[in-house]
Amino acid sequence: MSGSSTYQPQNGFLKWLERRLPIGGLVHSSFVAYPTPRNLNYWWTFGGILTFMLGVQMITGIILAMHYTPESTMAFNSIEGIMRDVNYGWLLRYVHASGASMFFLAVYVHMFRGMYYGSYKEPREVLWILGVILYLLMMATAFMGYVLVWGQMSFWAATVITNLFSAIPGVGDIIVTWLWGGYAVGNPTLNRFYSLHYLLPFVIAGVVVLHVWALHVAGQNNPAGIEPKSPKDTVPFTPYATVKDSFMIACFCIVLAWLVFYVPNYLLSADNYIPANPAVTPSEIVPEWYYLPFYAILRSIPNKLLGVTALFSSIIILAFLPWLDTSRVRSARYRPLFRQFFWLFVIAAVGLGYLGSKPPEGIYVVLSRVFTLYYFAFFLIILPLLGIFEKTRPLPNSISESVLKAKA
Amino acid sequence: MTTVSSAAHTRRDFLYIATAAVGAVGAAASLVPLISQMNPDASTIAAGAPVDIDLSPITDGQIIKVFWRSKPIFIFHRTKHDIDLAKDVNVSSLRDPEPDSERVKPGHEQWLVVIGICTHLGCIPLPHEGQFDGWFCPCHGSQYDSAGRIRKGPAPKNLYLPPYKFTSDTKIRIG
Repeated sequence: MSGSSTYQPQNGFLKWLERRLPIGGLVHSSFVAYPTPRNLNYWWTFGGILTFMLGVQMITGIILAMHYTPESTMAFNSIEGIMRDVNYGWLLRYVHASGASMFFLAVYVHMFRGMYYGSYKEPREVLWILGVILYLLMMATAFMGYVLVWGQMSFWAATVITNLFSAIPGVGDIIVTWLWGGYAVGNPTLNRFYSLHYLLPFVIAGVVVLHVWALHVAGQNNPAGIEPKSPKDTVPFTPYATVKDSFMIACFCIVLAWLVFYVPNYLLSADNYIPANPAVTPSEIVPEWYYLPFYAILRSIPNKLLGVTALFSSIIILAFLPWLDTSRVRSARYRPLFRQFFWLFVIAAVGLGYLGSKPPEGIYVVLSRVFTLYYFAFFLIILPLLGIFEKTRPLPNSISESVLKAKA
Repeated sequence: MTTVSSAAHTRRDFLYIATAAVGAVGAAASLVPLISQMNPDASTIAAGAPVDIDLSPITDGQIIKVFWRSKPIFIFHRTKHDIDLAKDVNVSSLRDPEPDSERVKPGHEQWLVVIGICTHLGCIPLPHEGQFDGWFCPCHGSQYDSAGRIRKGPAPKNLYLPPYKFTSDTKIRIG
């Protein structure tokens, strides 16, 4: 990781260690002396929040695993045991369950921020793609964790999601049987999901290291979307970014605590407090809120293969964003047209989320189709053309100029 | 390295190629158990043995649900009305065209035996629901008729038929 290497260990042990393993210098240059653009706003604190939430999920998850039984006849009861019998089990489980929602809330803010300020553009393409990989890993991890509860929604979510692969022509059914380890979702499925749910967070942590590495090579983007040119454009990571991140993590924790202590079941489904029953499908299957936009896209297309293809494309398309956006100007501040299309995109994405929670009939289907169309048009038509036709506003000469002008 | 004559390369080249070949074959071979272990194990396959079902308690118009290979199987005792509705359909207008006669065993057309799993994404459709005298899937709104054929909604195929045969007039063996 880059940054000025001004680390001077003071105490004897640190000096001794630094000559053998220069970890102090690495931490110092990456998280203390590391220069961050001086104009970063609060939207830039969500990377820190996400790292914090990964830690929360791993600690609570490892503890829950000490009390959980991954066996189809005992899994549901062991969750109830955690809720009723294990000391503070209710707290740990509610933090883990609400934590997953807050984790996704943070990642969506983080992604929209990246899109608004053009953080995916040259030279940050790899940084962005690593982020898309992290997002995919998060979705897989959250899905498998949800199945472990082994309630009705767990079971049928597992059935529906694994059946997405049956849409693959020819080998679909073979793949689905292989995923299940049986002829339907059952104990073998639960066991492997447990194993993978434990593994994937560590994979996520590994990719986070790559993500931060790529970030520190390219340097942070900033609201002006121009590179720092002189030392006047930056401030050291510590104390400026550390304090700002810590403050926002504390605010974020207040919201998490409100969820945990006041409305712990607000985002959970009542059907998931019924033990899994392979003979009865709940009258309405709704995934967790953070998957709803993609679920709405799936349902808006009345053809299985096309629907599943659209679902996966809507996520994979994010990885191509650096090349679909042809504009050289990064920040939406200087792109008046992009800014309008961006907010329409936010409306479409959030709207799809709302529609995904509604039954697939009448006006809901029509709106889902309109928003799905806009979702793809934004990436495939609007962004490539905007770069050619949009008249952007003049960029400031430097970050410090943009900050001081705004103050004046 | 470059100053060494080509004859001296022979032994090293052989080692490179041999190592790469054994490594590639070994990596490919070790994938077999790593992938295969996820397929249904012996006990799961053994539990999927055929099951015998006595049809005599099923009254006219009733749909019962039994399990075979942990999949729900619908057995529909169709009334004459149900059969007529299924036969009156213009087969070529169906999404997955199959005449009613291909959905049942000859001489036993009052019995429809289908796998009760929506061909869309695997939910269990609700019997006696929807507009077509058959099933309605609550997940994504697929509708099946009294021959278990897809009529409306996102599912691409008719409800699948399990392998079964009549062992007597009132008994079937599924599997």
